[in-house]
Amino acid sequence: MATATETKSSAEVKERKGPKLPVLLREELILNNRSANWVTERICGILEKPQPMLWWLLFIPAALVAAIGVGFGLTYLVSTGVGVWGNTNRAMWGWPIVNFVFWIGIGHAGTLISAILFLTRQNWRTSINRAAEAMTIFAVMCAGIFPAFHVGRVWMVWFLAPIPNANAIWQNFKSPLLWDVFAVSTYFTISLIFWYLGMVPDLATIRDRATGKVRKALYGIFSLGWRGSNRHWQHYEVAYLLLAAISTPLVLSVHSIVSFDFATSVVPGWHTTIFPPYFVAGAVFGGFAMVLTIMIPARALYGLQDMITMKHIDNMAKIILTTGTIVGYAYLMELFVAYFSGAKYEAMAFKYRLFGPEAIGYWTMMSCNVISPQLFWWRKCRENLWVVMGVCMAVNIGMWFERFVIIVTTLPRMWLPGDWKTYAPSPVDVMTFVGTIGMFLTLFLLFLRFLPCINIAEVKWTLPESDPHHDDKEELDDPGVVKIATYQKEIDNGAVKA
Amino acid sequence: MSTSVKKVYGYLAEFESASKLWKACEECRDAGFQKWDAFSSFPVHGLDKAMGLKKSILPYLVFFGGLTGLATGFGLAYITQVEIYPTIVQAKPANIFTVPAFFPIMFELTILLSGFTTLFGLLGLMGLPRLNHPLFASEQFKRVTDDGLFIAIEARDPKFSPLGTREFLEQLGGTNIELVEDDAN
Repeated sequence: MATATETKSSAEVKERKGPKLPVLLREELILNNRSANWVTERICGILEKPQPMLWWLLFIPAALVAAIGVGFGLTYLVSTGVGVWGNTNRAMWGWPIVNFVFWIGIGHAGTLISAILFLTRQNWRTSINRAAEAMTIFAVMCAGIFPAFHVGRVWMVWFLAPIPNANAIWQNFKSPLLWDVFAVSTYFTISLIFWYLGMVPDLATIRDRATGKVRKALYGIFSLGWRGSNRHWQHYEVAYLLLAAISTPLVLSVHSIVSFDFATSVVPGWHTTIFPPYFVAGAVFGGFAMVLTIMIPARALYGLQDMITMKHIDNMAKIILTTGTIVGYAYLMELFVAYFSGAKYEAMAFKYRLFGPEAIGYWTMMSCNVISPQLFWWRKCRENLWVVMGVCMAVNIGMWFERFVIIVTTLPRMWLPGDWKTYAPSPVDVMTFVGTIGMFLTLFLLFLRFLPCINIAEVKWTLPESDPHHDDKEELDDPGVVKIATYQKEIDNGAVKA
Repeated sequence: MSTSVKKVYGYLAEFESASKLWKACEECRDAGFQKWDAFSSFPVHGLDKAMGLKKSILPYLVFFGGLTGLATGFGLAYITQVEIYPTIVQAKPANIFTVPAFFPIMFELTILLSGFTTLFGLLGLMGLPRLNHPLFASEQFKRVTDDGLFIAIEARDPKFSPLGTREFLEQLGGTNIELVEDDAN
């Protein structure tokens, strides 16, 4: 029922003269007014239909690389001895720890998307959180391999657990290395709980659509008998919020503690207070690049453009730009402190990083991590998927080199020049690292094949008709304005199907 | 046993939109039903209030779970580093004043036990996992995880009546009203 004042105002609007006022519409999270049923069909279709040829073309080589690199590489390492790695007395931490920090950092974007963006009510996260969390879990699995085998005798790895070892000696709870054990294992466990709990309603969706007996039984068991009851949703939403709330400080703590491994030592180039925030920003930076690296192809492969829209890619590109710039600031601040502190060992360490034998690593890191993301200041670059993919690949490479620079250019050249050595990785080092890339891809492809890669329940929740007051909203079109879709250009040129 | 008597679980009614479900829930709440529930494939915003549900007690459970983790972390570090196996490393004393070095592990165990309490507390509060439920016998209820929105009023509700409840659900705008029977008995 329109009141007298409303009638008057709408009459006034009709009388308004002059050009129409352009209004930029808020980007829709799900394009083309898709229904809840369409969302179910599209996401479940991925794992119900046979996989496209490209899936097999990626899966078979990835699985082979994983089997040879990780499987054979580690078997060879265990049967021969840890000396097959390139680590020496002067460089106890070579590639294995570089790879460990690299992979653990990748995981952080998943938790950032699932927890921090949830707490800050960034609803665009719903389309990407599932895949990003899966990425977290697989990245932490890849990361865990390296310290576990780096202990030397992997069958003694239980010495890390908080139980007295064979000589009744307890762990040193004051050591960052033990903090790391607790941080990484807690991180993995909580990420797994968060991921699984978020997936229960979606597993129930697949269960209810399943036709085969085995399929029904398996998805039935893992969906725990979920039936969409609101008395369940009530507790479930609180649980999800709680997990987000505890994951947020957790994710910040994990890479801070990883950075303590370096920062609490007295090694020049490591002993800096900037390390924890610098590591966390770097982890988010590298992680988002990896999310985009795997999501852009998956989006195209399975036709998910209506759910993972250009807005998502644009937002992630902006996060990469922000965190990349923070990382750049940290690099420059390190250099400034090395110069301005007057600490000569620190200054020498940085001089060798910049101009020493491994300077190529430093400059790769600088150009990939600091310069390449600056392209994202331009909207055209954020909208061109080839540019986005290119920058993300550069960041992936750059972030690996960052850890390489931190570890490999520092440890072999510490206090005594007479002690200095040059570090070189062995072929087994390279093989294991390449193997973990294969393992990561294999696990991710299996995830796409068997689990819902987008959070079905949460995507449905973001649809406009899911609002219980949707039917009550009256259409109050103001004739004095022209509404412009945010990605009108894309819709016009056919990149997004209307 | 073709003549076995089946127990009635209750009425199941479908609703067209989230708005209609929300309004129907308010009506059910005001009619004084106790054993009833709404079902949807996504959490409908504000439905807890429309159903008259109390706030979840899960946060309290998790708070105590977290405290247990904190105490475990402190106990583990203190007992081993001060009581059982005191070592002086990094010039840190083997007494209570080393506690800042225990903070990371205390923190991580707080998080770990909070997480476990969230998971198991949630499962306990929901009464899951369970292998079957009478509603799964309904063919239309399969759509609950797709796009179906339902309300079920159970026969064990004191206000339930075979004809009255059906009429009530019809009045609310429910469609495909179905009498669900409990297969288990």
